[in-house]
Amino acid sequence: MQDSDESGGMAVTITQPDGEPKPPVAGGAAPVMLQVERLAKRYGQVQALDGVSFQARAGEAVALWGSNGAGKTTLLKAMLGLVDYQGAIFVAGLDGKRAGKAARRQIGYVPQEALYYDMSVQATVSFYAHLRRADAERIPVLLSKLGLSEHARKPVHALSGGLKQRLALALALLSDPPVLLLDEPTANLDARTRREYLSFLLELRRQQKTIVFASHRLEEVEVLADRVLLMEAGRIIQELSTEQIRRRLASDIELVLWVPEGQRRQAVSILEGGGLAAHVNGRGTVVVRLDAAQKMQALHLLERHDISVLDFETEKEHSWN
Amino acid sequence: MELRQVWTIAGRELRESLHNRWLLIYAVGFTLLAFALSRASLASAGYAGLGGFGRTAASLVNALLLFVPLLGLSVGAVALAGDRERGTLLYLLAQPVSRAEVFLGKALGAGLAVALALLTGFGMAALALSLGGSGDPVAYLALVGFTVLLVLACLGLGFLIGALTRKASAAMGAALLTWLGLAFLGDLGLIGATLTLRPAPAALLGMLLANPLQVFKLGAIYSLRSTLDTLGPTGQYAVYRFGLLLPLLLAGLLLAWAALSFGFAYLFFNRRRDV
Repeated sequence: MQDSDESGGMAVTITQPDGEPKPPVAGGAAPVMLQVERLAKRYGQVQALDGVSFQARAGEAVALWGSNGAGKTTLLKAMLGLVDYQGAIFVAGLDGKRAGKAARRQIGYVPQEALYYDMSVQATVSFYAHLRRADAERIPVLLSKLGLSEHARKPVHALSGGLKQRLALALALLSDPPVLLLDEPTANLDARTRREYLSFLLELRRQQKTIVFASHRLEEVEVLADRVLLMEAGRIIQELSTEQIRRRLASDIELVLWVPEGQRRQAVSILEGGGLAAHVNGRGTVVVRLDAAQKMQALHLLERHDISVLDFETEKEHSWN
Repeated sequence: MELRQVWTIAGRELRESLHNRWLLIYAVGFTLLAFALSRASLASAGYAGLGGFGRTAASLVNALLLFVPLLGLSVGAVALAGDRERGTLLYLLAQPVSRAEVFLGKALGAGLAVALALLTGFGMAALALSLGGSGDPVAYLALVGFTVLLVLACLGLGFLIGALTRKASAAMGAALLTWLGLAFLGDLGLIGATLTLRPAPAALLGMLLANPLQVFKLGAIYSLRSTLDTLGPTGQYAVYRFGLLLPLLLAGLLLAWAALSFGFAYLFFNRRRDV
């Protein structure tokens, strides 16, 4: 590993253990590192996963995109062997059902909110390094690269959310696994820390790591993903490029309207009558979800029915939640 | 199964258990009680001319019957359920470890922690006895052995409770209920059954042996006195029926309790894939 920290944070360049960066992926020539076939999982009456199939190659970053309950986290858990499932999962050619432990050795996992035992950073890293059979010399290098060296003696619970997330990534990378599974990796980070974290993940992708991550954030997907699997009700309903998903989300906006209290219900009825999805939110404003091009249509519609719009603003919709 | 993984997990579990405030409270409480009982028994022996060691040991047996099951059940119950509730179990199982390694590591670590807590108490009691120049080392070691077996059986029951519950608070509640059942309701039930059914000594002995605490009591008393006369016809029947094999049988029963409870706990832990 070599450091090329530009921001004083954690932007780094990592080379392979032999010191030579791997060549970029050439088309579909890179080996398949993760293969999921007809995956199904049911929790009681709820079909959490329903016939999910996809594959990811070395050096590829795949985003799992969808609302809460779409099945993203269950899919990640199945790949880790944490839940029973029907279908098949192969990690670096290893069957997750028959060789779960060996398959997990190929995976580094970063949960949405990393939860640790009550130990110091150093003790935590040492514990997981033992379990992952990681080279002890790799520990200080990783801690240094992720800006954790000065926090090594602190108890983990004293770390900020950003540092805990860095620690989760350090643990995932201890044994230098070829596959990384990330569950909403930057969900709890502030903007600056998120940028640093993403730059680090980008470096890992350049090193030919296979990255599969669940996300709600367009920024994350745009920066990191090669392709996006759109999930809904436990199924992959569409596979999109990052450009396609950016266009799709960019066109969706929320128009927030300040309307006199006595006219709010009437405004919603008029907008719905005009084919627009509208509701009154908790703040008492009328919210209309529409294509950016329909903004004026909504305002004209209300004007024609003598509804006073005192003020308005638009908000971008970057997720289905 | 890789022993390296088991030891790694056991070491972490041991360290965490030693920081468990309940374990510390039990250990300190038991140590103080054992030391105080020893000193008090020796003092009264000097006054009344009775054997100090026998008194100390008999007092210890009664204290152990309350302390040890509570210690084993509560530490065992939160070892699995606490980890599951915090989310640390999920993260641990996401590592390249098998469920058997995780279970065995946690059981080994928790077992070492409770054994250490008990041995500290026994060590203090032994120190008090040796200062008073009293003691029967063989009987004392037999008592320690039966106590370790009892705590293992109760730890296994605690693990079983932890494998069946999701929340640490529910596991702790179930552990306390189990303790009440074994320590108090079992005794009351036995008395009630004896009064109403008037069972034969063999049947009463069978009922006694169904409760690991009673098994421990029989083993501990027999180790100290080489007789079970204090238990009346049932005790006499046990000695008559099994003779010198009685301590081995009782130890075997406690071992079976431990093996079965840990075995069932592992089955449920392994079957319940959804962490």
